[in-house]
Amino acid sequence: MQHTFIALVENKPGVLNRVASLFRRRNFNIESLAVGRTENPEVSRMTIVVHCPNGEVDAHKIEANLYKLINVIDVQDVTHQPSVTRDLALIKVRVEPERRAEVNGLAEIFRARIVDVAVDSVIVEITGTEDKIEGMTELLRPLGIVEMVRTGQVSMTRGVNDGVRRVPGVNGHRVDAMTEMLAMTP
Amino acid sequence: MKKGAEILWECLVREGVEVVFGYPGGAIMPVYDAMLNYPIHHVLVRHEQGAAHMADGYARVSGKVGVAMATSGPGATNLVTGIATAMMDSVPVVFITGQVHAHLVGGDAFQETDVTGITLPITKHNYLVMRADEIAEVVREAFFIARSGRPGPVLIDICKNAQIEQAEFVYPEEVKLPGYQPMTHSPRNLLDDAVKLIEKAQKPVILCGHGVLMSKAEEALMQFAVKTQTPVACTLLGLGAFPASDPLALGMMGMHGEAYANMAIQNSDLILAFGMRFDDRVTGTLKTYAPNAKKIHIEIDPSELHKNVYADAPLVGDLNTVLTDLVPLVDEYDHTEWLDQINDWKNEVDSRSIMNWDDNGKLQAAHLVADIWKATGGDAIVTTDVGQHQMWVAQYYALDKPNRWITSGGHGTMGFGLPSAIGAWFAHKDEEIWAVAGDGGFQMTAAELTTAVQEGANVKVAIMNNNFLGMVRQWQEFFCEKRYSAVNMITPDFVKLADAHGVPARRVTKREEVNDAIEWARKTKGPVVLEFLVEQEEAVYPLVPPGAALDEMIRRPVKQAG
Repeated sequence: MQHTFIALVENKPGVLNRVASLFRRRNFNIESLAVGRTENPEVSRMTIVVHCPNGEVDAHKIEANLYKLINVIDVQDVTHQPSVTRDLALIKVRVEPERRAEVNGLAEIFRARIVDVAVDSVIVEITGTEDKIEGMTELLRPLGIVEMVRTGQVSMTRGVNDGVRRVPGVNGHRVDAMTEMLAMTP
Repeated sequence: MKKGAEILWECLVREGVEVVFGYPGGAIMPVYDAMLNYPIHHVLVRHEQGAAHMADGYARVSGKVGVAMATSGPGATNLVTGIATAMMDSVPVVFITGQVHAHLVGGDAFQETDVTGITLPITKHNYLVMRADEIAEVVREAFFIARSGRPGPVLIDICKNAQIEQAEFVYPEEVKLPGYQPMTHSPRNLLDDAVKLIEKAQKPVILCGHGVLMSKAEEALMQFAVKTQTPVACTLLGLGAFPASDPLALGMMGMHGEAYANMAIQNSDLILAFGMRFDDRVTGTLKTYAPNAKKIHIEIDPSELHKNVYADAPLVGDLNTVLTDLVPLVDEYDHTEWLDQINDWKNEVDSRSIMNWDDNGKLQAAHLVADIWKATGGDAIVTTDVGQHQMWVAQYYALDKPNRWITSGGHGTMGFGLPSAIGAWFAHKDEEIWAVAGDGGFQMTAAELTTAVQEGANVKVAIMNNNFLGMVRQWQEFFCEKRYSAVNMITPDFVKLADAHGVPARRVTKREEVNDAIEWARKTKGPVVLEFLVEQEEAVYPLVPPGAALDEMIRRPVKQAG
């Protein structure tokens, strides 16, 4: 099962490497990782989607190990939390001028946009969940996809609710986190 | 304004550093130049691995942060085995390496290596310092991180320009680490959960790990064990945290642990794991590990909880704090029946013990360990290499006091014994220190004998020479139908080798010479080497074979006894 974590980390050189290296050496597979600055220039935010074959136990392991990195400030698991999840893709499609309308139509259905037009190709920008992007990609494939780039998933919980914190960390979540940990099933 | 190198030494003095183990070179030369003006003793090693192990040994017996220093490139990469050793055993050591000029970083300059990259997975944290004005803050943080929480090694890689350039020296009053706040104590509701499990237990066992020593929880552990009448088994690194002579002591657990300790664990109904991490060497196969026991796990590192063994009551925090909070909450218990049962297992073991063999004139390494134990009153600081002799020391050098047992547990580093003993000597120059090594491991870092001579380090080296890589040989005997592959080893004449270093040495071949030789070594000032030509194909028992349950041990055959 896939788990989605949001990690706040110090915005310092090498932190991404520390996080990526951690997943490799603890033998976890990252499905996607997106990182960028936050409203606080000293803090970066990562959305990490990880394959967790042992479910909760793996999720605990990942959180606890992330906290071992000195530069990691906060980790929450938003997998089961109502949240907004987005992925952005740019898809360059080979298309003759006479078939552009076809791509236009598809883009409209998916609320995607044509952001570049060349003689025999267009770039489609699509934002949405992974499913939506997969769906659009499948429909564009017969036209001929020249290249494609995706940002990886970014997530934010809805309202004021945070995700789950299983491990005693910072921000006053320690006692709650330990109680959650106790309730974990083997 | 001060040079970066001066700022570094100012900071080390403020951190209470008395001794630095190291080796100079191009990229760290400004630091060595500035060193002469500061009241810190530098020990010139013969190989950087030696410096790492010395700083490690120093840290383990002193409880302070050890410091090792090396230049860039090969100097730094030679430290790597020692860094990993400190990491696996959670030893606080700060490693300082030189790096090429900041403007050359990334350009494959002479002796440039990506040291922070290489050591990323084997340090608790590391730093690449490119400017002089970063040094004070980084050194302050490094020492704080190394010694707090779950201790561990921290590496600081300092570019040469940062050592030379001038900066304002401001010693930071406090560290600012928003992501680093180790838990100290567990909340009451979780302590109560543990108390409930303790109340129900009829057959409890305490597993005492390195964490007991690191958090100085020996006193609290004793109070808890006596109050609840719970027997205490130790991990390899936990030895000494609970007195071996105490009636509740079960000695070492695990692959080469006492049979009765392993039996007690497998038959227990409550495991109290204090500052240990359920390493595969102490559990045997996890599928059948302590199948009827509930587990209380007290650990400062949350990532150890549920990692190998699921904990019914996981408590995060500093062990001494948590245990001290826990002791008043538990009642006094009487577990006579359980302790009698364990005693029966203990008595059964006596008939197999090598210590009850008659003297057949042959030198047994295990006997020698016991002889050293007797001669030193069990009171020496003992370091080891890795392998059979290490297990025999663990089994037969019964420790009643903490922080006198220095061995590479997690990383299992051969060559650790001699340098860690030299490091330990710098922490306790008035104490008796023995380094026990095999012939294989000793040769890995034997060059440090000269360091011992140069420093006048009063360490006694006992080499158990069986002309084999004994532990691998034993495994090949047990698990490869005795097909010996690359384990037979010609050794140099260790007495002559010691002599060439200016170290007094004796070779011992007969049992009746042993005590004389040990006493001679103890009386002789400075480093001494004793080479014991021991029984070549002796095996360490018991042995839990790989993949077996903890109580499925290969035992010493009874018929050999008596």
